[in-house]
Amino acid sequence: MVAHARADHPDEACGLIAGPEGTGEPRRHVPMTNAARSTTFYEFDAEEWKRVYDEMWEADEEVVVSYHSHTATEARPSRSDTAIASEMGLPQAHYVLVTTRDPEVAEVRSFRIADGEVAEEPIEVLGAPDAVQTYKFAHSPDSTVYDCH
Amino acid sequence: MSVEVRVPTILRSHTGGQKLVSGSGETLAELFDDLDAAHSGLKARIVTDEGNLHRFVNVYVNDEDVRFIGGLEAKLSDGDSVTILPAVAGGM
Repeated sequence: MVAHARADHPDEACGLIAGPEGTGEPRRHVPMTNAARSTTFYEFDAEEWKRVYDEMWEADEEVVVSYHSHTATEARPSRSDTAIASEMGLPQAHYVLVTTRDPEVAEVRSFRIADGEVAEEPIEVLGAPDAVQTYKFAHSPDSTVYDCH
Repeated sequence: MSVEVRVPTILRSHTGGQKLVSGSGETLAELFDDLDAAHSGLKARIVTDEGNLHRFVNVYVNDEDVRFIGGLEAKLSDGDSVTILPAVAGGM
């Protein structure tokens, strides 16, 4: 997710991680095309999204993680992220935000969004991430759970 | 004539949890009227009071995004598959 966000910077990147329906297990990373090609907005490309959804439907998968990047602001859902996700979103998904505003440190945070409410959830890192750059995982604005260099 | 409709998770509260429902109509607009009779409130989540598709809902007939084939006036045939999806979008 971070590599995709870095690659598409300064545009916002977006994508999903699919997993078997009902398990909550993220298994298959699918980077999506940001149809808006914008530094301030993202939207799954509609044609690509239909193809990916068809594959997920056939495999009894669902979206476990829906992620996108912010390129100049913090890694938390904006007002429009929250409004759109509440009205017509993915209620089962973890909404993961990556910010690429700092070229050295990518901040990654995870949220549930439903009915206009945003709830942050902790991220736990399993296994050793590739030491290609610094990742900072935070679960509240002022505390960092895990930091690796 | 019958059309199958794939319902996204966020709208399954209107279909008793069903992910696949069926309906009928010569056009998409007629299909949503038909669906709303059996699944109350479904149409309002997809179609605005002014009679347009909501901005952040995608509707497809088979593989075609309906915005390119007439929107709610898109024609339907027996056996077509209609898919409703959240657009998945946002902005800072």
